[in-house]
Amino acid sequence: MKPVNRLLLLSLLGLSLHVSAQTQVDDAWVRATVAGQPTTGAFMHITSSTDSKLVEVKSAVAKTVQIHESTMKNDVMSMQAVPFVVLPAGKTVNIEPEGYHVMLIDLVAQVKDGDQVPLTLIVEDAKGVKESIEVNAQARALNSMPMDMDMHDHGAAH
Amino acid sequence: MNALLTRRHVVAGLGLLSLGVLAGCDPGSGLSYKYGKDLSNEILGRKFKLRDAQGNEMMLGSFRGMMPMIFFGFTQCPAVCPTALARAAQIKKMMGPDGDRLQVVFITLDPERDTPAMLDAYVKAFDPSFIALSGTLEETAATAKEFKVFYEKIPTGSSYTLSHTATSFVFDTRGVLRLGLSPSLSAKQCTEDLLTVMSVC
Repeated sequence: MKPVNRLLLLSLLGLSLHVSAQTQVDDAWVRATVAGQPTTGAFMHITSSTDSKLVEVKSAVAKTVQIHESTMKNDVMSMQAVPFVVLPAGKTVNIEPEGYHVMLIDLVAQVKDGDQVPLTLIVEDAKGVKESIEVNAQARALNSMPMDMDMHDHGAAH
Repeated sequence: MNALLTRRHVVAGLGLLSLGVLAGCDPGSGLSYKYGKDLSNEILGRKFKLRDAQGNEMMLGSFRGMMPMIFFGFTQCPAVCPTALARAAQIKKMMGPDGDRLQVVFITLDPERDTPAMLDAYVKAFDPSFIALSGTLEETAATAKEFKVFYEKIPTGSSYTLSHTATSFVFDTRGVLRLGLSPSLSAKQCTEDLLTVMSVC
């Protein structure tokens, strides 16, 4: 087979995979770290077309990846590992600092602002069929705030 | 809308009755805050002794003349700690020139993993004026107890995370505890209350 044809076939294959994918991941980002900081968080929006669960996340940048949930009660912030995140059909689930988030633990290197961080999301549908989704999360500056915070005031301060 | 709040704004809003308070630095009088909690009747954080990144011993008196805003956290916290630090950086900007007197102090609850150098780089990524303090496990526990800050280790597989009180404690320039700010407040709400503190001392 000529190389060009092979490329074409590959891209067609990629296209078909894309079309059959049931889960869409938007706005994936990772908080950049300072040197020596062994842990950081990954955040995104996930929308699945059928009732499913995010059961696992993998990444080459960290030795351990866990899904955690933050909760705030009486101004006490708590965090704990959870086995999965429910993704109801058609509903966008926010993976964000104040709720469910992905912890990248024992980083192999410092994550710098602008880096592309590869993540593999494992999503399981109601029948138990697992789908693997590759995501490139953009590393944002350590001091980034989620978009829904009062960032609008930021620029107006001076 | 201009997000920069000035002291004059807040003072103008205080009303005639509270004008007496403005005359001096009376530690006994509670101020009325719009969003935060008046802590002027609490005795917290008087005796702590911790160290900065250079190993200097730091206590409340080290910040005399500044308005310290102290909160607790750890760098492996992905959620509330960076949000609180980013909020503090925003507050400082919103306060304008008065922000120069706000001293943001971050105390680690995880001295086993937060080395002084890394901790310092972490807080200074938000604002170069921010100070991070740490101590031994015992000193950390004693400091948290003194502030009535709750914290506990939560194991997560081979690692652990921490649950902790995320309140910010604000002292006036004479070291009198004034105000508690909840993590749920916005930078603008905090700024209004901080300017109220600054209007008296």
